[in-house]
This record gives sequence, C-alpha cells and structure tokens, in this order.
Amino acid sequence: MTLAWFLIRRVLTGIVVLWAVASGTFFLFFARPVQTVAHQLAGRTATPAVIQNVINQLGLNQPIMTQYWHFLGRLLHGNLGYSFFTQESVNTMIKQDLPPTASLVVGGVILWLIAGLGVGILSATRARSLFDRGSTVLVLIGLSMPVFVVGELLIVAVFVPLNQHGLTWIQTQYAGPSQGLGAWSGHMLLPWISLAVVQAAIYTRLMRGQLLTTLGEDYIRTARAKGLSERRVIFTHGVRAALTPVVSQLGIDIGQLLGGVVVIEVVFGLQGLGQVAVAAIYQDDLPVIIGFVLVAAAFVVVANIVVDLVYTVLDPRVRIA
Amino acid sequence: MALLEVEDLTVSFPTADGVVKAVRGVSFRVEPGQTLGIVGESGSGKTVLTQTLIGLTPGADINGKAVFDGTDLLQLSEAQLRRIRGARISVIFQDPLTSLHPLYRVGWQIAEMVRAHEASASRKEARDRAVDLLGRVGIPRPEQRVHDYPHQFSGGMRQRAMIAMALALAPKMIIADEPTTALDATVQAQILDLLLQLQEESDTALIMITHDLGVVADIADDVMVMYAGRAAEKGTKHQIFYESHHPYTKGLLESIPNSSVAADRLRPIPGQPPSLINLPAGCKFHPRCGYVLDRCVCAEPELVRIDAVADHGSACWLPAEAAGVGASAEKLREQAVREGRRGAAVEVAEAIAASPEVA
Ligand SMILES: Nc1ncnc2c1ncn2[C@@H]1O[C@H](COP(=O)(O)OP(=O)(O)OP(=O)(O)O)[C@@H](O)[C@H]1O
Ligand code: SF4
Ligand SMILES: [Mg+2]
Repeated sequence: MTLAWFLIRRVLTGIVVLWAVASGTFFLFFARPVQTVAHQLAGRTATPAVIQNVINQLGLNQPIMTQYWHFLGRLLHGNLGYSFFTQESVNTMIKQDLPPTASLVVGGVILWLIAGLGVGILSATRARSLFDRGSTVLVLIGLSMPVFVVGELLIVAVFVPLNQHGLTWIQTQYAGPSQGLGAWSGHMLLPWISLAVVQAAIYTRLMRGQLLTTLGEDYIRTARAKGLSERRVIFTHGVRAALTPVVSQLGIDIGQLLGGVVVIEVVFGLQGLGQVAVAAIYQDDLPVIIGFVLVAAAFVVVANIVVDLVYTVLDPRVRIA
Repeated sequence: MALLEVEDLTVSFPTADGVVKAVRGVSFRVEPGQTLGIVGESGSGKTVLTQTLIGLTPGADINGKAVFDGTDLLQLSEAQLRRIRGARISVIFQDPLTSLHPLYRVGWQIAEMVRAHEASASRKEARDRAVDLLGRVGIPRPEQRVHDYPHQFSGGMRQRAMIAMALALAPKMIIADEPTTALDATVQAQILDLLLQLQEESDTALIMITHDLGVVADIADDVMVMYAGRAAEKGTKHQIFYESHHPYTKGLLESIPNSSVAADRLRPIPGQPPSLINLPAGCKFHPRCGYVLDRCVCAEPELVRIDAVADHGSACWLPAEAAGVGASAEKLREQAVREGRRGAAVEVAEAIAASPEVA
C-alpha cells in the first residue's frame, strides 16, 4: 500500500519536474531573438521578407503564450514537434538515436559498478597490501583523467594498433545488440571504458572506505563470534551494509552522467542523443533541444525513483515516504 | 576437571607506536556451570583476554595455554575455532544496539547462527528455534517479533535477543562482555536475573566481564580483578569482597556507590591506568597506590597464594596476613607502610596524596 502511494507520489512529482524543465527551456529560448533561427534557415542572403515568411511558417510570430499553449497541448499528446531545420519528427529522432546512448549509459554504469565495487572490496579486505597500494595509485590516475582524454587514449593505444594488426573486433561507431553480441560489445567496449574509468575510480574509493568502516563495526565482531565463515562475514554482513551509501551516491552520479555521454559520443562517432543535442543547440533548434532535455530529465527522474526504491529495500530503517 | 584452564596467557599487539602489552601472563580456571567475574578498569585487558580465547584478536602475538574441554584453543586452526565459536563458547557483547546487524531481521540473525553450525537444520527449523529462544529470554509474542529488525526492539529487548543468540546452540560457556553497561539500571537488573536463571536451567559456565563490582556481587562464584593486563587478585566472591588483599581491589570496593564497604566514604581511585606501551617499573599499580612501599617501585610482585586453606591469590608486596576490610587488617597494612617506606616510595606517596582525587 505504502509502496503504491510512494510510486504515485513520485511519478506525479516527476511529471511536475518534467513540465517545469520543458517550460524553462521553452522560455529560455525566447531570451534569444527569433531572428537568429530564421536567419540560419533562410540563408545569409535572404531578404527581410523571406525571413519574415520563415518566421510565420514556424509560427514564431504568434504571441509567446499562444505558442506556449500550443507546445503544451502537443506535449500532452506525446508529440515533441518537428525540427525547425529538417522538419523531421523529434519523436522519430529520439527513437532512432536513443539506442546508442542507452547502450552507452547502461553498459558504462554496469562496468563501473563491477570494477569499482570489485576492486574496492578486494582493497578493503586486504588493506595496506600490495594490491591495495596498487589500486590506490590506479584510483588516483583514474580520478585525474578527463573523459575525452581517456577516449582519445583508448583510440590511439587500443583501437588503432589492434586494427592495424588485423584484429577488428574493437570498433568505433555504433552497432546495436541486434547485430550480434560480439559486434555490439566490440563497438561499445571502448566507450564503456571511457565512461567508466573516472567513476570506477570514485566507486573504488567509496567502496573501500565504506567497507573498512563497516568491518570495524560491532556487528561484524558479532558475526565472527557466531562462528560464520570469513566469506559470509565479509559479504553477507560487511558488503551488505556498505552498499547502502553506495546506492545513494549512484542516484546522484546518474544525474550528472549526461555531460560525459555527449563527449564520448563525439569521440567515438556514436550517432546518439548527445550528438543530436549538441547540433541542435548550435542551431537553436528549439523542438529538438526540448526533446533532448525532456529525455534527459525523464531519465534522471526515473533513475532517482529506482534508486530510492532500491535504497528502501536495502535498508529497513528507511521508510518509504 | 575445569571446563576452561588458562595458563600464563600473554597477548601483545605490535603497533606503530610500540608493542601494546594488553595481557601479561594471566592464569585462571572456569568450572562447568560456574560463573567467573572479571573486573577491572577500562583498558585492563578484559576483552582482549577473552576474545583471544576464541581467536578474535587478529594481529596479536599470543603465548600460553587455554585448555577448553580438553583441547588447547590457542593451537586450533581458524576453521576449528570457527566451529567452537558460537556453538560451544558464545559471546554477549556490551552494546546490543551496535552488536546486532541493523539490516537483518532479529530472527534471521539467530537462525543464521543455528544454520552455520548445524548444516542439517532447515530454514524453517532454524526459524522455529529462533522463535523458541526469543520466548525463552522473555520477549513477548516471539512468533511476531522474530520478523522485527533490531531498531524495532528496545535496548533491553535487543540484549535479550543477543542472549537468545548466545544460547542458541546450548554452549558450554558464555562470555558476557559488559552485557549490561549500556542499559539503564532497571533493565540491567532484569538482564542479570535472566542470565542467572538461564544459566541455572542450562548449566552453562559464564565469564562475566564488568568494571562494576556490584554486578559481580550479584552473579559471580569466583572473581578475578585485573589491572594493566594482569590478575591483581583472584579468589571466591567472598574472599574478594570480605578478605580482599590487593589495594586495587580495595579501591574498587570503595568506589561502589552504596556498598557496605564504602558505607560512609565513596572514594575513586586516584590517577589513571598506565599506558600499556610504557608500563611503569615495579608494581604496575604503584603510582596510584596509597600503600606504596620502596620495593613496589622497582620489583613487580607475582600473584601468590595468600591463604593457606583456599585458593586466594594476590599480586602485592603487602604481607599475606594484611587481608580483609576490618580495622586489624588496616593496622597491619599501616605497619607495613611504616617499615617499608623509607626511600623511593616516599616521593611517590606524596605525589598521590597531593592528587586532586585524594584531596
Ligand atoms: N588490535 C589491537 N591493537 C592494539 N591495541 C589493542 C588492540 N586491541 C586492544 N588493544 C589495547 O589493549 C588494551 C586492553 O584492551 P581491552 O579492550 O581488553 O580492555 P578492557 O579491559 O576490555 O576495557 P573496557 O572496559 O574499556 O572494555 C587497550 O589499551 C587497548 O587499546
Ligand atoms: S605491590 Fe605495593 S604498590 Fe602494588 S598494590 Fe601492593 S602495596 Fe600497592
Ligand atoms: Mg572490553
């Protein structure tokens, strides 16, 4: 019962957030003169009459509020409008360009969690060992690597040499899972790594610290005194308790993920939402911008609901509220 | 035969600051079904001593013998010790809030222990045992409360749950490490009663660690007073309370509020326990001892029998006859001081007399 109520409330707040984000973007656009768009569309040499014509065609001559109501009406029907430049439906564009971005995000997050938590756990249970010291150095290196540097490095140091030697599994550009798991992972591996490196470093540090704290807790001593195996003490009792703060961190990080996604799409030539959005921003292509912003916001809203749900499942002391 | 016989146990921790000599040559025995009280100030080594027995002091240098039920615990492998922990020797810790895992149901935590030691027990059997045990330790509606998380229990109930867990596999011995310190007075009394009652029912031996001699008075058969990693005095409860010999024991007795011994004056022991890295020379208690003699400053007394009839031991240079709380014993002690304090001890005694606690 409380769960249903929680979901209803969070979805409703989510919708309000999306509406606010869409409206914000919409009105922000009008801070820039409408002329710019029309100029770009009509070409440099267009006469004022032609430009006015373009403006009328796009409906940009109507009062702002009229345009806004139109926009909201369409949005309620799930229609994001049409690109000013290509006249393509924004819905179609998103449908086409979502898979590479989704592949990148999902794979990247999974990779960084596996690497970060795995190395973090090993480091904490072998504190001050050679492995721990080595991983600390790697974490520092990882933390200081901007995404585009990692990406370019991977291209120069992995992609190019491998392909020169005839090993063609690792590729740039995008290939979907429908083209086979091998092709998909080959095309996505380097982007995943680029997205994961910095975060894996952060999560290694987080997990190591959390687990070390947890392993010093009284209930771990109890677990040992109960005669449980060391593996059970560490995983069932230690890691389980160290995981809750990691999950709440994940909620924060996912919201900030999209900046890195755009960079990686550009570096690896993935035709995804990020690239489209950047192009749209350069052209003041309002419908496309709003479409992208809405998808990004929806992603953050959903991710946060999921993280909160996971969190309440992980920690019985937290009430769904 | 004694259930547990510890002989000359030494435990030290090498650290960056130096070697922490936490336990220095302690011997004691626990008889089946009996209760040994271990008393001492914070840092005297009570926890290290008992945790070492069940292999829970990683990184320590350990010497000596600890024969439990015929096997020397200190010679066992980690896997062998694990089978003893919880099943044959179980532990109740001080703070029941932090000693239970906050993210698992209380019943699950009890059942987990059952299943760790009895591979044949099914989930359902283990759960039923948990319900039973919670009922035995006086938790109302146990069949519902097994599903609760620790935060849904009160402090006293959590400690009852810890006791239930400790009883789960009918161990031969329970180590209770200050089980009531974190609880308020009325709950303390209830928990002690419960422990006594359960111990009678199950004939389990109990090591009761506390820094409160009052708790020992209620529950112990024998008492060991620890100071700076050693046994200062050892004997039956009666000997410790009415024929105490060691000035440290006397100090502890006088600092029990409302006790008969301290009837008119409640006096804390002056000064602080010593650093276990840089122990003072001679008797480790001498910088705080009102009876300090010249020999105390340079030579450490061994724990020796001071009683011809019963096994009453004390590690103190005062004459063996100077035992007891009466005026005649006090006279003997004062005489010993008059004769034995001529040189080095004079200065020490003056420093103690000038300390704020005494003044
Ligand atoms: N792993 C360790 N490494 C270094 N020193 C330790 C370690 N464990 C315990 N000690 C030290 O050993 C000494 C004895 O500690 P112990 O916990 O046995 O005291 P205690 O008598 O149980 O005191 P309390 O009443 O506070 O529980 C303390 O000075 C403590 O700091
Ligand atoms: S040996 Fe000396 S200093 Fe130590 S307790 Fe006895 S009288 Fe006091
Ligand atoms: Mg202790």
